Amino acid sequence: MNILKKLALGVSATAMIASAAAAEVSDGKVKIGVLTDMSSTYSDLAGNGSVVAAEMAIADFGGTAAGAPIELISADHQNKADIAANKARQWGDSEQVDVFAELVTTSVALAVFEIAKQQNKLALVSGAASSPLTSDACIPTGIHWTYNTRALAVGTGSAVVKEGGDTWYFLTADYAFGESLERDVAAVVEAEGGQVLGSIKHPFPSSDFSSFVLQAQASGAKVVGLANAGADTVNAIKAANEFGLVAAGQSIAALLTFITDIHALGLDTAQGIQLTTGFYWDLNDETRAWSQRFNEKTGTMPTMVQAGVYSSVMHYLKAVEAAGTDDTDAVLAKMREMPVDDFFAKGGEVRSDGRMVHDMYLARVKAPAESTGPWDYYDIVRTIPGEEAFGPLSESNCPTK
Amino acid sequence: MNTKVGYGIALALLLVAPFMIYPVFLMKLLCFALFACAFNLILGYGGLLSFGHAAFFGGAAYITGHVIKVWGLPTELGLLVGAGSAAALGYLIGMLAIRRQGIYFAMITLALAQMVYFIFISADFTGGENGLQGVPRGYALGIFDLQDNLTMYYFVLAVFVIGFLIIARAVYSPFGQILGAIRDNEDRATSLGYDVDRYKHLAFVLSAALAGLAGSTKTVVFQLASLTDVHWHTSGEVVLMTLLGGLGTIAGPAVGAGVIVTLQNYLASGPLGAWVPVVLGTIFVVCVLAFRRGIIGELHAMLKKSF
Repeated sequence: MNILKKLALGVSATAMIASAAAAEVSDGKVKIGVLTDMSSTYSDLAGNGSVVAAEMAIADFGGTAAGAPIELISADHQNKADIAANKARQWGDSEQVDVFAELVTTSVALAVFEIAKQQNKLALVSGAASSPLTSDACIPTGIHWTYNTRALAVGTGSAVVKEGGDTWYFLTADYAFGESLERDVAAVVEAEGGQVLGSIKHPFPSSDFSSFVLQAQASGAKVVGLANAGADTVNAIKAANEFGLVAAGQSIAALLTFITDIHALGLDTAQGIQLTTGFYWDLNDETRAWSQRFNEKTGTMPTMVQAGVYSSVMHYLKAVEAAGTDDTDAVLAKMREMPVDDFFAKGGEVRSDGRMVHDMYLARVKAPAESTGPWDYYDIVRTIPGEEAFGPLSESNCPTK
Repeated sequence: MNTKVGYGIALALLLVAPFMIYPVFLMKLLCFALFACAFNLILGYGGLLSFGHAAFFGGAAYITGHVIKVWGLPTELGLLVGAGSAAALGYLIGMLAIRRQGIYFAMITLALAQMVYFIFISADFTGGENGLQGVPRGYALGIFDLQDNLTMYYFVLAVFVIGFLIIARAVYSPFGQILGAIRDNEDRATSLGYDVDRYKHLAFVLSAALAGLAGSTKTVVFQLASLTDVHWHTSGEVVLMTLLGGLGTIAGPAVGAGVIVTLQNYLASGPLGAWVPVVLGTIFVVCVLAFRRGIIGELHAMLKKSF
């Protein structure tokens, strides 16, 4: 009788603990919403690959966090902020999504930030570039994971000047992003003792860069900085190649380039370009192992955005496990408290302004003869310490930091 | 009589819809439905193919966002300012464009709309390619909190119904009859003594104002205005909606907008995610080849044939 009683007590106590643990997780599941560009400009560098990366993170974590199953949903925002806002709101309102991930394109990230703020959900930005996401436009629950324009400017700008590239000429996309990128880099170049000889604005988007490249050539600057992105960068590099800009002794600093851009250009055209990246697959055994698994699923090597999605989702899940709940504030506190240690970042820190500070890398694109296999594209020239790349917390204008 | 019953049923459905379907999605649908109906006013009833309506839709979206967010105007006033600015822009663009016909008219509107696009991309207040974000929804009439999706929905529904009634009133008025006459035979309308250009211009301004109202409402719903709104894709999309629903039918464009927005929304998260533009393109081709009168147009024709 006594034993039975004890047994019954024990069973009911266990049941109570179990149900208490389950109650900690809202709706009995941890739900991650990946909002990305599947069909438009950024589908190569983010797109399906970031959904695969998130799936890998969930599978590697074991499929459950804090005792609750992890679910993933994804949608294509087509690079349109209103579609992104609509989806994110719907996910938050009626599909119990706890965290929004990826969010390529700054307009999309800003729109989702607004909703994450209203609904008190986490937003893990990997694809968007703008530094203001963790400064003027920051929200308490937004985390900017992979890179930002400041890191690109500092990384490429200062490193190139230090290596003797002290005279610059900019090819700048004629809109806010291009101008701010040019401004950031020019400031870095001048602070390092370099000189900006001039700049020319090209219409956005542009397909014919010949006249701009000729002017850059005529400027006599040692370095031609490309303050543009995506197809513009690719077209500008192609034109520079046709006019023999690099062969004539000038070098190109592409300020926002992904490995998929280099893949599209080919090493013949892209060789010698210097760029800053948050991740390269061939850094060490860990990155190679993960990237190989990614490659088996997608047929491409991961961009820094896709690797960043894995890392951010993984860190989120670890924080959920550690906090024992998917409550936003508790998870956020854990995410800030725990260092980010995985193949993507070593000793990374989630700061109170939402910036995930980790090392960045300055890379130079290899010549075809140096490349030993498919996707062997970069020589890592320098590791840029996180603090240097992203700046100290005091630099951030984030009001809630 | 029958049509009145039809509209009554439609309105009743719209009133209960937010309890079954996600209200923010419905609001988007209503905004685009109003946009397409406004566009139909000049394409379907005036015979003028404008390829620049995104300028009015998006222009008003930005203006409304700015006056509500920065100047702190109440929501209703913001919508009126947006629609008013679209009307003013429509007056200017219309003044230049209606001097020409057919393809030239379309090209002029497209060119001017592209100018507007580039003004918005480089103007400071629009936030460039980041868009104008974080526009507060505010209160309707100073009491109803629009942050609540259901309240917001009924506000948008009211705006839509008002816009729709204005269009219906215009279409069924003598003004609408003359517009139809101009569309069918401009020379004859001139010979009857009508100042053709003035009628076309007025219709253009009216259409621009209502397209602007739709854009303004969209800004309030999503709390943002972005370059997508002024991009020529949006001008193309509204042509697609109008043609798919039924050119020159009063309810057709709303139905067309419903179909397109629903497809965009539901395909985006399905396995066809990357294929949305392809699917929409195919639908357009099928529509043009197989049922030129559009969904509502074909229904009308079928009803006529069988009764």
